[in-house]
Formats: sequence, C-alpha cells, structure tokens
Amino acid sequence: MSDILIIAIKTAFLLFGVVLPLAAVLTWVERKQSALMQDRIGANRASILGFRAIGLFHIIADSAKMFLKENFTPPKGVRLLHTLAPLVSCFFALAVFGCIPFGHVFTVGGREVPLQIIDANAALLYIFAMMSFSIYGVFLAGWSSHNKYSYLGGLRGAAQMLSYEITMGISLVGLVMIYGTLNLQQMVLAQGGLLFGFLPAWGVFLQPVAFLVFLTAGMAETKRVPFDLPEGESEIIGYFVEYSSMKFGMFFLTDFIEIVIVSALMTTFFFGGWQVPFLQATGFVFPGGARWAVSPTLVSVLQVVAFGIKVAFFCWLQILIRWTLPRFRYDQLMNLGWKFLLPVSVANVLITGLVLVLPI
Amino acid sequence: MANKDLNFWQRIYLTEIIRGMWITSRHFFSNLWVHLLHAVGLARGRKGMVTYQWPEERKQFSRRLRARHRLMKRADGSTRCVACMMCETICPARCIYIVAEEDPDPRIEKRPKSFEIDLGICVVCGYCVEACPEDAIRMDTYDLETASYSREGMILTLKELLDHDNEDMYPPFGWLKRDRKAR
Repeated sequence: MSDILIIAIKTAFLLFGVVLPLAAVLTWVERKQSALMQDRIGANRASILGFRAIGLFHIIADSAKMFLKENFTPPKGVRLLHTLAPLVSCFFALAVFGCIPFGHVFTVGGREVPLQIIDANAALLYIFAMMSFSIYGVFLAGWSSHNKYSYLGGLRGAAQMLSYEITMGISLVGLVMIYGTLNLQQMVLAQGGLLFGFLPAWGVFLQPVAFLVFLTAGMAETKRVPFDLPEGESEIIGYFVEYSSMKFGMFFLTDFIEIVIVSALMTTFFFGGWQVPFLQATGFVFPGGARWAVSPTLVSVLQVVAFGIKVAFFCWLQILIRWTLPRFRYDQLMNLGWKFLLPVSVANVLITGLVLVLPI
Repeated sequence: MANKDLNFWQRIYLTEIIRGMWITSRHFFSNLWVHLLHAVGLARGRKGMVTYQWPEERKQFSRRLRARHRLMKRADGSTRCVACMMCETICPARCIYIVAEEDPDPRIEKRPKSFEIDLGICVVCGYCVEACPEDAIRMDTYDLETASYSREGMILTLKELLDHDNEDMYPPFGWLKRDRKAR
C-alpha cells in the first residue's frame, strides 16, 4: 500500500510539479529567448493590475484563450478519433517520464525511496515504445480531420518519425554495449566514475558521435524546426490544421513536453543524469585527492538539482537551435536521415563493438 | 547568378551550425546582460533591442510624411476649397467624393457642400495635394492612427477635415537632425 502511495506521490511530483509547469514556462521561454536572440523585447503586454512580470502572465493569457475558443470538429471528420488524437499525443509523451531517473535514492524515515517512478530493467525499450506511440497522435489527427492538408501533414509526420526513430534507437546501441544494461538507473550509476582520473565518465565522452546523432534524431522526432515539416504552420500546414481550442492546446503542450523529454533523455544517456561531477555518496572527492564531506540528504538534493539544471540547459539549447537554423526540404530531411545519420550510427555501433572486443 | 561552391567545412554543415549558433547565442547573452543591468538601474544608455515599444514609444516621423488629410481655411474660417474637382479627378483610388454648391460670396464661384474622403480605400499617394490649385487640401497632420471598427468609420467628412486651427503642422515628436540644420 505504502509503495503505491509513494509511486503516486512521485508521479504527481514529477508530472504536475515539474514537467507540466516546465512545459508551460517553456512557451514563455521560447518567446523571450527568440526575442533576445533577434534584438527584440518579446511578449510583455499581458498584465494583471498593471503589473507585467516580464511577460510571464502570457502563459495564463494563452491558456485562458485556448479554453475559451470554440471547440470545432470538422463535420465530415471522425469525431471520436479527432478527440482522441491530442489525448494520445499528450498521454504517451507524459508516460515517457515514468522511467527517467531524476535522482538516486532519497532516505526518509529509514526507508530508501528510489527517485524514479518505475525502476524497470527494460526501461530503454519502454521509453522507445512510448515514443513510438506518439506517431498515432500525429497520424490520427491528420486522418480524422477529413482535410487533404492535414492528411498530407500526418503522412509527412509519420514518415519522418518512423525514419528517425530507427536512427535514434541505433545511436543508443553503442551506449547499451558499453554499459551492458537497459536499466536507466544502472546507466546513470555507470556514468559516476572518472575517465583518465579527471573527466567525468559521461556518455558524451565515450560516444560523441552517438550524442550528435541522437540530438539530431531527437529534434527530428519531436518535429521541431529545422525538422518541422509535419507542422510548418506558416506555409505547408500540418496535421493539426483542423484543431482549435484546448485540443490544439494539447498538441502545442505536447510539443513542449517533447522538448523536455529529449532534454531529459540526453541528460540521462550522455550527460550523467543526476550525477554531479566528483560528488559521491559521502561527499565531493576531487581529482587532486581533496575531500569535502556532504550529508546524504544534501547529496540527494544536489543530484536532483543537477538533473534539473542539465535538463534546463538542453531545453535552452534546443530553442537556440530552433531559432537559428532554417527548415530542411523534405528530400533533404529523408537524405539526412536514411543516407547519412543511419549509416553513421551503424558504423558507430560497429566501431564501439570492435573497441570493446579487441584487447587494448 | 552562379552559386559559389561550398568548401569542405561548409559541406559538413556541422561547423556552419556552430557558427550560426555562436552568433545567435552571442546576441542572446549580450541582450540578456543589458536587460539585467537595466533591471538594477544601470546602463540606461544601452538598448537591449532595436524595436520601438509603440504606443508608449514613438518613432520620429519624417517632415515629408504623408498622413491623414485636412482642408485649409481662409482667415474668416471658411474652407479654401473651391470644389474644382481636380483632386477627385486625379485620385487613382477614387476615394474623394465632392458635392459642390454656390458660394454666397460673389467673388468665389463654388464651395463644397460635402467633401468626403474614404480612408479605407485611399492609397496615400498625395496626388490630391499636388493637384489642388488653391493649396486647400494637405496631408500634413502626421496622424497615422485612423483605424476604425466599421467601413463607415473610415470616411472623413467635411467637418472632420476642417477640425484644426489652420497652423502649419510639424512632426509631433521633435525634429529630425537633418531638418533642424535646415531651419
């Protein structure tokens, strides 16, 4: 009973306390960051009693607008699927967070609580399964709208996500070979050591090529610029063209949740997850031999904070990429995915295998 | 136009991505720094943006700007317009509608009974100003905010066109540097 309670508390904390607020704040961050990058001011008009709070009230204003708009279903569309599509998108995006470790263990009242919702051995497979399901949201939305443009957008989206999912999976095979586990908590624990006595043994130093491939495929998987061909709001129109009100809002929210997902996955796989450099269970141990003892509770807190900072950094990086690069053409997208990234990730697996097998 | 061949580093694209991100993140951090300094009341002289925050902040208009029309008046307050229809004839958008009537003054032949300009279809070309033989119509009010909720609201009537104190008008927010020298 208490186990279920603890899992419920952890789920509530992670989803309603961190992920959804972060996704909401990202809508503001994206506007403000793009504004600063382009020498503008950005959203700053929404105010409560003349108090503007650097545009933060736009989050509330946006969601109020979404809820108050007309909820429209195309007359010839499939009503059930049209309503289901955004729910599917949003649900499976949130479900991915079930397996991501955001800390090691937190000792409370003599009881060790793992800071991860499900400590599954096949966590990596679970995450890929959940990310594959998000195709259904895209494709159902495109198909059930009874609209040529959204249908084509759904097709483009499905083709793109399938193509890049393969690359994304293969890019991580190298990591699985090195760490010998599919359990994310074990993977993060394996990244706690030091390389050459001073460098944290993070995945990015062991698998730099896999990191670049994963970053690219992850951005393509989440349908962000420069890979936003399924959406392309301004000209080619995407799968949610027939959506309005909060149904559109859920697709919009899913986009931002997916940014957080890719950031969290990159942190977990390549940047040591919750590991703080040189911090061990009893305190900091620096390469020179210096030590600084830290209490176990503080260690747990530091680890969760470190995970949060890394995730925030990658959210920032993805928005930076999104507002810097122009969009790919569709043939360029497919060429990049199938003719470049896939061979590179396979070669990366082969070379990793050779290095692991050969006695050096 | 022939495209320039890309060199090796440009064809890899990765280095070009990093170069582009270097530029955009440099703008991001320098602007963020300026805004942080503003938040604590420092560096007021530096601007973190190139945009104007309309309507609180307005850009300096040029002296020659063409904006909403007005009809000039004689010393007695009657309009200078003699309803010669020159402006209505030359108007390429056909947005001027004049109805003429006899002027009680025997030295003047006609005066406008009604003079309407539909700003909703006006193209702001200024030909009416050029065509006017009496210097009656001018476009120097520097008033650009003429939006309205209805098409009828966009029509200027004679009363509105005469609603001014017959002075020469200048851009409302000071002078451009170039014009100040000329004065």
